Amino acid sequence: MDSDDEYMSALSSEDDIALDDSDNDDLSGGEEFDFDDEPPDLGIQKDDSQKKRAAYDISFKVYRPQDIQKQQDDLINEVNMILDIRKEEAAILLRHFRWNKERLIEDYMDKPRQVLEAAGLAQNGAKPPRLETIPGFVCDICCEDAPGLQSFAIKCGHRYCVDCYRHYLAQKIKEEGEAARIQCPSDGCNLIIDARSLDILMPSDLTERYHTLLNRTFVEDKETLKWCPAPDCQNAVECGVKKKDLDKVVPTVQCACGYRFCFGCILSDHQPAPCELVKRWLKKCADDSETANWISANTKECPKCNSTIEKNGGCNHMTCRKCRHEFCWMCMGLWSEHGTSWYNCNRFEEKSGTEARDAQAKSRVSLERYLHYYNRYANHEQSARLDKDIYVKTEKKMVQLQKESGMSWIEVQYLNSASQALQTCRQTLKWTYAFAFYLARNNLTEIFEDNQKDLEMAVENLSEMFEKPVADLADAKLKVDIMDKTSYCNKRRIILLEDTANNLANGAWTFNVDFMTPTTTSGSSSRR
Amino acid sequence: MVANFASKRLGKELQKIQSSLPPGITLVSAENFEEWLLDIQVLDQNPLYQDQTYRLRFRFGSSYPIEPPEVTFVKKGDRSIPMHPHIYSNGIICLDLLGQQGWSPVQNVESVCMSIQSMLTGNNKNERPPGDEEFVRSNKQRPRDIDFYYHDNAV
Repeated sequence: MDSDDEYMSALSSEDDIALDDSDNDDLSGGEEFDFDDEPPDLGIQKDDSQKKRAAYDISFKVYRPQDIQKQQDDLINEVNMILDIRKEEAAILLRHFRWNKERLIEDYMDKPRQVLEAAGLAQNGAKPPRLETIPGFVCDICCEDAPGLQSFAIKCGHRYCVDCYRHYLAQKIKEEGEAARIQCPSDGCNLIIDARSLDILMPSDLTERYHTLLNRTFVEDKETLKWCPAPDCQNAVECGVKKKDLDKVVPTVQCACGYRFCFGCILSDHQPAPCELVKRWLKKCADDSETANWISANTKECPKCNSTIEKNGGCNHMTCRKCRHEFCWMCMGLWSEHGTSWYNCNRFEEKSGTEARDAQAKSRVSLERYLHYYNRYANHEQSARLDKDIYVKTEKKMVQLQKESGMSWIEVQYLNSASQALQTCRQTLKWTYAFAFYLARNNLTEIFEDNQKDLEMAVENLSEMFEKPVADLADAKLKVDIMDKTSYCNKRRIILLEDTANNLANGAWTFNVDFMTPTTTSGSSSRR
Repeated sequence: MVANFASKRLGKELQKIQSSLPPGITLVSAENFEEWLLDIQVLDQNPLYQDQTYRLRFRFGSSYPIEPPEVTFVKKGDRSIPMHPHIYSNGIICLDLLGQQGWSPVQNVESVCMSIQSMLTGNNKNERPPGDEEFVRSNKQRPRDIDFYYHDNAV
C-alpha cells in the first residue's frame, strides 16, 4: 500500500528527511504533506491518483515563520489591488475581518464607510501621518508644555507628545502583548493606530517584537491555523478539520520539527481516541486514579447515596454523614432491621441487604474496570515518558555496535527505526485503553480488542529484542528479526488506526457515555 | 528617566489637586510620588453611603500614567469599605478602567476618584461580589495581577 510506504519512510527517517519530500515542488515554501485541501490559489497540482487516503490520515500543511509572513503579505497585496486602498489599511481591515478576504471584499463593496469605521479607520486619510510641533500644545499625558514639543495624532485628532506615545506603545507591545489592535491612547477612542503611524513612532528595539506579535495574531485569528505546541518551535500547521468534525475524526498532524499533536485540542497525538473522550478520560484520571486503589481496598459505599465511607470505629452501626442513612457495615442492610441480635448478622437472604450489596458490587466492578484500563494506559504512558532515554540509549548502542562489529552507520539505522516504532506504537496503545474504557461491548469492540492485542504483543516482543545487549545485536539473525518486527508493529498500528478511524467516521462505535453533549464548564463569576 | 516620567506628571496633578478638587473628594496625604490617600463621599441621598467617608489609596508605578495606578479602599478608624457588588471586603475594586484594558493614560487621580464616586452613587444593592469570602481569604495577589472578568457594566 502506497500510503504505508510513505508512512514508513516518515517513521524511519531523521527529522530532516521529512523536509526533503522528493516530489515537493511547492512554491510557497510550506511543507507539503498532503494535497486534498489545497487552496486553489497556490496553483499546485499533484498527481495523487495512485495514493489511497487512509482514514486516520489527515491533510495538513506546515508553515514556517517566513511562510506565515508571505501568506499575510499575499492577502494584503490582493486586497490592496482589488479594493484600491493603502496596504496599511488593507492589513487593518483584514485583521478586523479575521483574514476572511471574501467577506471583507463583499462587505467593503457594499458599505465601505461602515466597514472602515468598524475597523477603526475613519474616512479620508489624505495626509500621511507625521510628527508636528504646535505652539501652545500641552500633552494630556505628561502635562509637558515646553515650546517645540513634538507631538503626534492619528486621524481622530487626539494629540500627545512623542515621548508619551512611545511609552504607551512600549507598554502595549512589551507588557500587554498587543499588536494588531492598539487603539488611540485617549479614553473611549477606539481608533486603531495604523501600521504607517506605528512605523514613525515605533522605538527600534520594539519592531521585532511587534512583528512577532502581528504574525501571532494572524495564526490565532485563522481557524485553520494553529501553532505547533512543541517548545521553541515557531511553525504553524494548517488543517481543514473543523471543531464540529471532532467526533468523526482525530486530526493528528506532524510539524516539520517532528512533533506529533492533535489539531483539535493541541494535546500530543492521541489517536485513536477522539478529543472529547480524551478530555473526559484525563479529567477522570485526574479525579480518580491516585486514590482509587486505596478506596477500593479500604472503603464501602453507603447503600443509599453511594458516598464512599471508611469505617473508623469498632461499631458496625454506620450512619452516613451525607444522607443520614443507617446501615450495618457487615451486611450493608438496614440498621433498623437488625434489632438486638445484630451480631449474628444472618440476614444474607434479606432483600434490602442483597440490593445494597448489588449496588456496592456494581460500583466495585466499575472501579475495577476503570483500574484495569487505567493501569494499562499509565503503563504505556510511563514507557512513552522513557522514550527520550530510550532514544539516547539507542544512539549510544548504535555507536557501540559500529565499533564492535564493524557495521557502517547505515547498517545500524534499523535500531533507530525500531526505537521510533516503539515510541509511536506505545503512544497509540496508551490511548487505545482510554478509548476502550468508553466502548460498549459488541462485536466491533471485540475486533478492536483483537487489534489492540496484536499490536501490544508485537510491541512487547520488539521491546524485548530491542533491549538485548550489544553483543547479541551484532547477530545478523536478530537484526533481521528486529527489522521484521519493526515493520510488523507499524503495520499493526496502521490496521488498528484504520479500523477505528473508519468506524468513527461512519458513527459505528457505540460508547457507554454520550459524547455529543459537551461536559459542562463552570459558569461565569466576577473573576477568573 | 522612567521614574521622572511618573513624577513629572504626578507633580502637575498634585499642583492642580491642591488648588481645587470636585465636591466630595479631599486629599488626605501625598508625601511622595508612590502612594497617595484621598477621601471620598457620596453626595446624593443614597442611603447605603449617606454621611459616610471612605478612604482610597492610590499606588503609582514608575510607568504611570501609561500603566494604571493601583487603587483600593482602605479600612482605618471610622473609614470602612463601602458595600458594593464590585467591591470586595478587603477593599479591592473591580472596575474596568483600573485594568490594563480599560485604562487610558489620559485618566488621572481626579477622574478615577470621580468614577468611583459615581460607581457608588449609582448602586442600590447592599451586597458584596459573589465569592467575596473565598476571594478575600485566598487572594494574595496584588490587584493589578488579578484577572477580573467584567461581567456586568450596569452597576
